[in-house]
Amino acid sequence: MKVLVAMSGGVDSSVAAALMQREGHHVVGVTMRLWGGESDTGCCSVSDVDDARRVAQQLGIDHLVFNFTEDFQEKVVDPYVQSHATGVTPNPCIECNRSLKFSRLTERADALGFDAVVTGHHARLVRNAQGEMRVHRGGDAAKDQSYVVHMLTGRELERTLFPVGHMTKTEVRCVAAELGLRTATKPDSQDVCFISTTGGRETFLGHRIPFHAGRVVDTDGHEVGKVDAVELVTIGQRRGIGLYKTEAKRFVVDVDADSHTVIVGTEADLQRTGLALHDMVWAGGAPEAGRYRVQCSAHGKSLPCSVEVVDADRVQVTLDEPHRRIAPGQSAVLFDDTDSYVVAGGLVSAASAWPVSVGATA
Amino acid sequence: MSGGVIDRELIYLDHAATTPMRAEAVTAMQPFLSDVYANPSGSHRFAREARRAIDEARDAVAGVLGCKPGEVVFNGGGTEGDNTAVLGAVRRLESKGLAARAVCSAAEHHAVLHCVGHVRGAVVGTDATGCIDAEQLGLELTRFAAADVVPVVSVMAVNNEVGNVTPIDDVSRVVRRSAPRAVLHTDAVQAACWLDLAPITKVVDLLTLSSHKFGGPKGCGVMFQRDGVDIEPLIFGGGQERDRRSGTHNVAGIVATAAALVATAAERTREVERIGALRVELVAGLTAIGGVSPTISADNSVAGIVHVCIEGIENEALLYLLDEAGLCASAASACASGAMEPSHVLAAMGVPRELARGALRLSLGHTTTRSDIHAAVDIIGTAVARLRAHARA
Repeated sequence: MKVLVAMSGGVDSSVAAALMQREGHHVVGVTMRLWGGESDTGCCSVSDVDDARRVAQQLGIDHLVFNFTEDFQEKVVDPYVQSHATGVTPNPCIECNRSLKFSRLTERADALGFDAVVTGHHARLVRNAQGEMRVHRGGDAAKDQSYVVHMLTGRELERTLFPVGHMTKTEVRCVAAELGLRTATKPDSQDVCFISTTGGRETFLGHRIPFHAGRVVDTDGHEVGKVDAVELVTIGQRRGIGLYKTEAKRFVVDVDADSHTVIVGTEADLQRTGLALHDMVWAGGAPEAGRYRVQCSAHGKSLPCSVEVVDADRVQVTLDEPHRRIAPGQSAVLFDDTDSYVVAGGLVSAASAWPVSVGATA
Repeated sequence: MSGGVIDRELIYLDHAATTPMRAEAVTAMQPFLSDVYANPSGSHRFAREARRAIDEARDAVAGVLGCKPGEVVFNGGGTEGDNTAVLGAVRRLESKGLAARAVCSAAEHHAVLHCVGHVRGAVVGTDATGCIDAEQLGLELTRFAAADVVPVVSVMAVNNEVGNVTPIDDVSRVVRRSAPRAVLHTDAVQAACWLDLAPITKVVDLLTLSSHKFGGPKGCGVMFQRDGVDIEPLIFGGGQERDRRSGTHNVAGIVATAAALVATAAERTREVERIGALRVELVAGLTAIGGVSPTISADNSVAGIVHVCIEGIENEALLYLLDEAGLCASAASACASGAMEPSHVLAAMGVPRELARGALRLSLGHTTTRSDIHAAVDIIGTAVARLRAHARA
């Protein structure tokens, strides 16, 4: 097979490339340049490209750089910024996988005659009894990334390979060390690649959207404080709303970007069982109601739930036990009831959040 | 291509990026890489031997440029020349208490453009053929002159991406008329193989050449600095090159530079004719693919550069397929990571972004043959068809 390995300059994709080569495939490495602006977090930094290129040289494979900065801006950064302006908190890494790695890159790989795109994600691809490929949890529970690649379906799954998906991170680092790869001990990247650790989200968004001061009200609508920027407030947040030191623990339970209002409540007010999702992508194509487990963050625990299908794009999830509310825009992924493989994924709807009394407070 | 060994027959059409060293240059530099190792600034007979080689090289370069040997400065290449010209001229004027302002065209090489940006200079637009808008330049310069600002003007003789020739004598007339005190520099890096440099040298104050573009080694360059034109050096130190460029002479590089330039000049007329004919064939072959438009017409282009925009494809993908088929070509300039950047030259010329995505530069040189051209047309035709088929799918 002729495969294109997406090499970020990290250890997982380095080892992915090495393993594919060891299996005798014709391997070409590519580093995508995604973020064109300033950054100090990695992902698209020149030193990461250097690492990827040096690993490729060591393995004796060709290494390319594709400039996808315009696509990244349009498909990931702009929506990220715009969402914040409307009080929605998207996960840019998932949008990047959806729009860049597993669409832009795979399309180009196709055009260039590659049989598959390979990445260093910690997830496994397993064919089920019906002969269909599914995304299964990775071999290392602590590093499992099935959540961030949940959007892969059908044909994409047939043309994607995760060679380190069955390995633990320790095993990956061992292989890298054995091969003497310079990335063997490189720390994992953690942050959103286009937001600098020094300036943070506040600086990034502050340069791109106007911030609005807002009222902080309790669940009865009484004003209890003020915030400088409603756009920076996220559901579940406790700090930064001026109430941190108050007697009762208060959490942000909702944000109404239109009326510049932040609603705070107790831990109990934050608990819900209902979760509405939209933009659903089903691994098997057709929506199917049933018992699942739902995961709402990259390393969050999955929660048992029942799912009703609203329409082709939407579902209503009912958690068995109440859980802290999930911010609109976040991805929620449904796994089968044994928590082994991805069944579907979608985005948390704004409407799912705070059906009671918000209107009265605005 | 592992281990740095090129294991197949390559068709090399990237001479504007670098052209193979000429045999004359390789031969000329050999003794100075081994036996004749002395520092030419020394005061013994051995040093004098190296010194003599540099002096002879300087005479030879001056012969090609039609200038005095004392006006030839050997330096570290095109980027250094451009930086020295723009920054050095501005800084020297300012150190004399004059107001100075750098001006260049929007299509300049980044070595000029970023210097002009660094000193907050002015950028003048180009016309659709990539040449600086002379009228706008004249207006800009007149404005500066009226405000008692001395302009430092930098306009390239041949554009490195698209290959258009800017008539520097016309530019010079505009500059001298509008701002008599102006310092005029031309980046002639891409002109060396294709144009007679003497008439260009005659009408400018400063001129920059880069050795590896005409068959010399990388990391070597030449700057013509007209007598009486005072600029601040970029590099201070031992005072070599009459205080204009300090640092121990790269004797082997200087000797090879001169040998390459002399050989290039001697063969230029014949080569321009030969390569010009190949260019015509290449353009014809490429346009026959369909949806391929030459960016610069033959009348305005040097013989060695063919720049086209290919509809319905992305050059990043195209270059991969060409590379895979053994054809070395290029598109626009690359950033530090190696990713291709959208071309500022095409943007300046008003080429729509969508069309610019399909930009391809094929550049010919002294080793290019007719069979290279035919093979390249076949490879490009196949690759373009493949990409277009996928884009439609």
